[in-house]
Amino acid sequence: MLLGPGVTWWVVFFAVPVAILFAYSFFRRGTFGGVVYDLSLDNYRRAIDPLYLNILWFSIRVAVITTGLALLIGYPAAYFIASSPRRLRLPLLVIVILPFWTSFLIRTYAWIVLLNPVGLINRSLQGLGVTDGPLPLLYNEFAIVLGLLYAYLPLMILPLYASIERLGPSVREVAADLGAPPANTFLRVTLPLTLPGIAAGCIFVFVPSLGNFIVPELLGGGRKIMMGNLIQQQFLQARDWPFGATLALFVVALMLVLLAIQARILNRERSQASDGR
Amino acid sequence: MVLLYVFLYAPIATLVVLSFNRSGQPTAWGGFSLDWYRSVIHNDAILSAVRNSVIVAVFVTAISTVIGTLLALGLARTTRSRTLDSLIFLPAVIPDIVLAIALLSFFSLIRFTLGLQSIVVAHVVFDMVFVSAIVRTRLGYFDRSIEEAAQDLGAGALGTFVRVTIPIILPGIVAGALVAFTLSVDEFVVAYFNSGPTSITFPIRIYSMIRFGVTPEINAIATFVLLVSFTAILVALRLTRRGRIRANVDLA
Repeated sequence: MLLGPGVTWWVVFFAVPVAILFAYSFFRRGTFGGVVYDLSLDNYRRAIDPLYLNILWFSIRVAVITTGLALLIGYPAAYFIASSPRRLRLPLLVIVILPFWTSFLIRTYAWIVLLNPVGLINRSLQGLGVTDGPLPLLYNEFAIVLGLLYAYLPLMILPLYASIERLGPSVREVAADLGAPPANTFLRVTLPLTLPGIAAGCIFVFVPSLGNFIVPELLGGGRKIMMGNLIQQQFLQARDWPFGATLALFVVALMLVLLAIQARILNRERSQASDGR
Repeated sequence: MVLLYVFLYAPIATLVVLSFNRSGQPTAWGGFSLDWYRSVIHNDAILSAVRNSVIVAVFVTAISTVIGTLLALGLARTTRSRTLDSLIFLPAVIPDIVLAIALLSFFSLIRFTLGLQSIVVAHVVFDMVFVSAIVRTRLGYFDRSIEEAAQDLGAGALGTFVRVTIPIILPGIVAGALVAFTLSVDEFVVAYFNSGPTSITFPIRIYSMIRFGVTPEINAIATFVLLVSFTAILVALRLTRRGRIRANVDLA
């Protein structure tokens, strides 16, 4: 009874719309937009055209680089926060998470101000005599990765912090007492035990990066487009909803694969815990 | 670690500083001024967008707080099923653009007119999930035996719910509501796809301003947005924390 309203809303305004998207992927665009109900696999055939596969590949590459960087920066940061004195942990964590709760657009816009050819960074570099002319910081892959990293880094740190904090220092101390050098302790104890946090953080960064269309448009200058841009174009400009739906399903499929991997990691973790290991 | 905080705050701090810059140029300091704030509060297009966003967020917050709280209670009471949990949480994980086009397809198929009403419906889909997650963390500290005690003392099911359960989880509910409001006011992608010609929300307005080029007004708007969302989130955090301490004291 308590679940009623929530589950109803979920089914009607989430499950049904996604199912419609799935159905649309088998139809085709009408002459004036709209959807013509002719069953075919044409959209899927078109989606694996090298033109679109390249965009998918580029999106995956950008999302992987962003996720990797977020992990490299986020893990030490989360580790640092988790090993701080207890009363400092929450404030340190809040300061990291806070920017995430403000407007995504404004955080992206801030980088336009900083990176553009007459922007703050270029002016400072030239003023200090480091560079002669403006560096091309904006409208390239670098700017896209930077913008995504800036936007989603807190989403990496949060689950990492949770899993490192839960682990506590005692496990590491035991390993050290048993004679494991610090590097071994980290690689063979801390890292495997915090794998659930790593998996969650990677999904939280990778999935929204893949579908993002604002950062490639505003910081990438629209020259290098990603899956999000392609889907947006199909829906709002080309008005080819069936094809746009098909492309979106590729993104959903990737997300589901990642979630399945995460579930496996969690299950293995739990069965090991119940084995007493 | 210091570098990380610089990386996170330098960009937004730049905007705040520039919002007081008379020259409006990002590179030349022309002296302190509130001109850009004055120009923002006289900009009707921005004001009506703010009004639309607030209207949407109020409805979204009301609906998703009620539904989300019930969802949290329901999920905590049914047999703990991880599959159900993660299924329910999907609207928060799925890329926003997929949710946006799915709802657009749905609304156009059932001929639901796009406008503020469609944005409200769309925002509730993910907001209720966030409320439910936040309320559930409160429920984690909740001792079910208190409810049983109330019923043993003769309180009915509804009485127990209204006078025992709700007050105890109230901080979680308020925190959830604040987060729901913040998320709705700031949400762009889903609103962008599911808005009508007369239902331009605040983020949609900001987006079109940014696309037309760097204008100093955006800095003033950004400062305002940062102030509001930081305050809301810090209050939400305080509520969940203080509530936890008070609940412990009450039980002691």
